[in-house]
Amino acid sequence: MERPLTKNIRPGREPLSLKEYEKAGGYQALRKALKNMTPKDVLEVVKASTLRGRGGAGFPTGMKWSFVPMGDAAPRPKYLVVNADEMEPGTFKDRLLLEGDPHQIVEGAVLSAYAIGAEKAYIFLRREYYLAEKLLNKAIAEATGNNYLGNGVLGTGYNLDLRVHSSAGRYICGEETALLNALEGKRATPRAKPPFPQVCGLWGRPTIVNNVETIANVPHIVNNGAEWFKSLSTSTDGGTKLYGVSGRVKRPGAWELPMGTTVRELLEEHAGGMRDGFAFRGVVPGGASTDFLVAEHLNVKMDFDSVMKAGSRLGTGTMIVLDDKTCPVGFVHNLEVFFSRESCGWCTPCREGMPWVEKTLRAIENGQGEPEDMGILEQQCRLLGPGNTFCALAPGAVEPLQSALKYFREDFERHIREKRCPWKS
Amino acid sequence: MLTEEEKKEINAELRRSDRKSSAGVEALKIIQKSRGWVSDEAVRHVAAMLEMTPEELDAVATFYSFVFRKPVGRHVIQICDSISCWVMGYDPLYERLVARLNIAFGQTTVDNRFTLLPVSCLGACDRAPAMLVDEDLYGPVTPEMMDEILENYK
Ligand SMILES: Cc1cc2nc3c(=O)[nH]c(=O)nc-3n(C[C@H](O)[C@H](O)[C@H](O)COP(=O)(O)O)c2cc1C
Ligand code: SF4
Ligand code: FES
Repeated sequence: MERPLTKNIRPGREPLSLKEYEKAGGYQALRKALKNMTPKDVLEVVKASTLRGRGGAGFPTGMKWSFVPMGDAAPRPKYLVVNADEMEPGTFKDRLLLEGDPHQIVEGAVLSAYAIGAEKAYIFLRREYYLAEKLLNKAIAEATGNNYLGNGVLGTGYNLDLRVHSSAGRYICGEETALLNALEGKRATPRAKPPFPQVCGLWGRPTIVNNVETIANVPHIVNNGAEWFKSLSTSTDGGTKLYGVSGRVKRPGAWELPMGTTVRELLEEHAGGMRDGFAFRGVVPGGASTDFLVAEHLNVKMDFDSVMKAGSRLGTGTMIVLDDKTCPVGFVHNLEVFFSRESCGWCTPCREGMPWVEKTLRAIENGQGEPEDMGILEQQCRLLGPGNTFCALAPGAVEPLQSALKYFREDFERHIREKRCPWKS
Repeated sequence: MLTEEEKKEINAELRRSDRKSSAGVEALKIIQKSRGWVSDEAVRHVAAMLEMTPEELDAVATFYSFVFRKPVGRHVIQICDSISCWVMGYDPLYERLVARLNIAFGQTTVDNRFTLLPVSCLGACDRAPAMLVDEDLYGPVTPEMMDEILENYK
């Protein structure tokens, strides 16, 4: 099985230096693209590969890039931003790539920037990734020294300035338009769309924001082609995927596997099954803002369309397991504490609704819930759902809640009936 | 007043930035690095360098969780209170910390050694429960291990 994204990663050891990365075939894709391919060629191969964004929404990457104005009349400068904010609870995949093979991210960023004709690029990194910050800055310095970055990349007329921007906290910074405000030095509230960043982004210029894992795929697609990329997958979305499992399993971890690996295989083979004494009750499959899947979904393939069909989202592909010794109300309450705390406060339904949801769940968990609370929570799920807010934070926040009300309804009702949490003492 | 060193660093940042105001977060981080936190006075002086009003810069300063607008101790403990860590034993860890340090979230020990803050998922969910002391990540942390870890920070 091929693992292009993680083949250079040596757990517990320093990432490859520039020389070692080159020896492992690194920067060959960049040489190939700058020598023999136009930006449009790079765009076309990425489009043909069926690569879909790994940041959560699964938007086709080639299509996103194709919205960027090209040619001499295009507004300048254009920007590429690598989204390395990774603050979605339960998500720990981008860290692996950033710390494990920083040159791969640099090469991917240069190739992606080349494809859209960007002359400036940022890696937007969450504050707490101190090690990644050091390693990325080192890789950028090495790459600049070897002319893979900077003025006249590899002796061509292409210039690229790549920088790490280390953030100052807040989940909302990962939302692509909030991220642009953060880069501009403002409060990181999202922007109204349209206009979309592809035409009007950072400083009003065309900007592409892509997830770390998305960017990491680009050199391999350029090197090996679209057909190869599609062949890595067992589903209609091409490539491999970094999957992760956390919670009470025997071996929590992250693994690169064919796109379309099933929930069961991840849980049982890779994570080693549940810990002794714990039974499986459900899983949020792709980070905190995805709907629960339960035992009937164990054979669902973890690709964008299959998880959607099962009523949830692939999201980040890193799942959090709910076991039988953990209270589902407490579990969902923990998630909503996060979303309520991280609401940026720009739109009323989210600013007011999230704290209400959080308090209602806390009351139920503490045995102070009322029967009508169930209706209130259901109503909030509708009010905070898609279409009522500026960004996807609120709709994401209610996904685990609405599905918990469906799959674990009896557990909620029991808290209210018995006026206590059945999992406590 | 800002020190010469702080001004030098902020000016270097300004030269790297597309616009002056976009250096705000970086400038505040420079202040925080040298003083541990960002006072009202510092906000005023930095704002002047960025050609912003103090109110404009403060709106930025108060938005981001990593910009400390109150003094903190010599070391900052951030314990992850997000889902995987909660499932894997955040509660006992938190209780042990509070009992040992005798402070709640947002507070600093009387000897000024530690400030305790919550933090969202540290991207170390496979090592839950996780915590950060200054820039060092630990996980999985048991209450017993935590005692040893804290000994490394004086
Ligand atoms: C509240 C919120 C937080 C987000 N955080 C991240 C993040 O940390 N990393 C990320 O890549 N995408 C995040 N996204 C998705 C981005 O808005 C954007 O869709 C993504 O970076 C696009 O990259 P892709 O097309 O490569 O997936 C977030 C979205 C929302 C609504
Ligand atoms: S949905 Fe919430 S986080 Fe998103 S813009 Fe509105 S208030 Fe901010
Ligand atoms: S939930 Fe604590 S590190 Fe992810």
